[in-house]
Amino acid sequence: MGRLAESKTLMSGNEAIGEGAIRAGCDFYAGYPITPQNELTAYMARRMAEQQRIFIQAESELSAINMVLGAAAAGARAMTSSSSPGISLKQEGISYLAGCQLPCVIVNIMRGGPGLGNIAPSQSDYFQATRGGGHGDYRCIVLAPDSVQEAHDLMMLSFELADRYRNPVILLGDGMLGQMMEPLKLAPFNSLKRGKSKQWALTGCLGRQPNVIKSFYMQEGQLEEFNRALQGKYKRIQMQQQRWEELYISDARVILVAYGTMARITRSVVRRLRQRGERVGFLRPISLWPFPQRAFRRIVERRPRANLLVIEMSYGQMVEDVRLAVEGRLRVEFLGRSGGGIPSQEEITRATARCRRR
Amino acid sequence: MIERIIIAGSGGQGIMLMGKILAEAAMLDNLHVTWFPTYGAEVRGGAAYCMVIISSEDIPSPYIEKADTLIAMNEASLLKFRHRLRSRGLLLMNSSLISKSIKTNASLKVYAFPFTEAASRLGNIRVANMVALGIYIAKRGIFNKQIILSIIERIAPAQKRDLIEVNRQALEEGMRLVR
Repeated sequence: MGRLAESKTLMSGNEAIGEGAIRAGCDFYAGYPITPQNELTAYMARRMAEQQRIFIQAESELSAINMVLGAAAAGARAMTSSSSPGISLKQEGISYLAGCQLPCVIVNIMRGGPGLGNIAPSQSDYFQATRGGGHGDYRCIVLAPDSVQEAHDLMMLSFELADRYRNPVILLGDGMLGQMMEPLKLAPFNSLKRGKSKQWALTGCLGRQPNVIKSFYMQEGQLEEFNRALQGKYKRIQMQQQRWEELYISDARVILVAYGTMARITRSVVRRLRQRGERVGFLRPISLWPFPQRAFRRIVERRPRANLLVIEMSYGQMVEDVRLAVEGRLRVEFLGRSGGGIPSQEEITRATARCRRR
Repeated sequence: MIERIIIAGSGGQGIMLMGKILAEAAMLDNLHVTWFPTYGAEVRGGAAYCMVIISSEDIPSPYIEKADTLIAMNEASLLKFRHRLRSRGLLLMNSSLISKSIKTNASLKVYAFPFTEAASRLGNIRVANMVALGIYIAKRGIFNKQIILSIIERIAPAQKRDLIEVNRQALEEGMRLVR
């Protein structure tokens, strides 16, 4: 890694995420190795020790996520990372974290599925990430970077949002983002007031009332009341945390919608078609939950005759949220491949031409 | 300016390192750059490639569908990627490991040299990648030798400082081959 005059460093997505966590003040990491996110675990093993913070290579994914639960309950800024099959194993713990309203950050560098799948980049865990994933009526905040820089920056934001809402945050990337290297401008270290700000944490109750952290409510009406409170929190997050990037919407006849690595490839197509004078727009959801419905409602108002083309490394997951957001008022087409296939620029260009003709 | 480079060969030939050195050089030059590797179940002798894009503008897709340059370190990688080169693209091939009978598109600018033999003559077969890199920077003229050498010096592990010299020789040998 080199440091430059303007202080840029060449880093992989996995490393940039790790350094983002370090700079966000993560003080507890537990994980279990899996490709294509191993460089993140390896990076944390070295850097957490250097910073005299806690790194644990757990004996399993289940163990790792429950260690995160314990650390978060004790007030730590805690995280874990894995790739698709490992994240599936963590779902029980994530449901408990959500049920206990514990802040934590979970990084999923997605690979092909279902099952053990393969190690190629994929976006087929969108449903799992945005719908809860485990049992119960809960949501995780889900952020999807499309560059090494954004992966780093969103890691800082992830810890902040986790603490602010006492909720798990998932950083959703794919194998390509994890493995690729780009110049990175490092974020400044977060100066944190640790512990003190978390009045609810289990930090020893000498001289105060004991805190209770649980997700078990057996008295009649208690669980429903708790769930209503949770839903109120989710509503607030939906109001406050919709994030997206858009380009060339104002005159667009076809708007291409993609997130993460797929947005990078799509952006290449948008740029080329624009150079040819074609009226193509681009919309990239950054928060996948809350889904940026506001962006789509604005398109419905401003471009009521535009067609949307959603492109994913999956057989159609985010496209469902796009359809819900436009409520049938715009035509929504889909292009997707999965299991190692990545829609090519040529395929996207052809699909865009088909959309324009409709 | 945009330069899309595919570097391909077999695990152990220093394919990823070549790409990383180019990426570092581009960053030092304040250019935009992306580096994307094969990853995962890689083994010495197995197929390995990386894709490097260097541009004066920001780079949307890091994935190369049509390359400006292909550096093929062995025959299998030439066969795999020769169709990815744009017409009039630059093809550098390691003739030590590629048979003469393999046809390439007549529109390409082809430079075939025995990288591996050149490295052997320098006493370290593993610097064949630096011979190739020397040819590349001489032909493309986007980075000077000093930048590349400064990067090699910076990334060389502390216990292997003696390797810097043979890497320098290999880089210069590559530049000499195409002079």
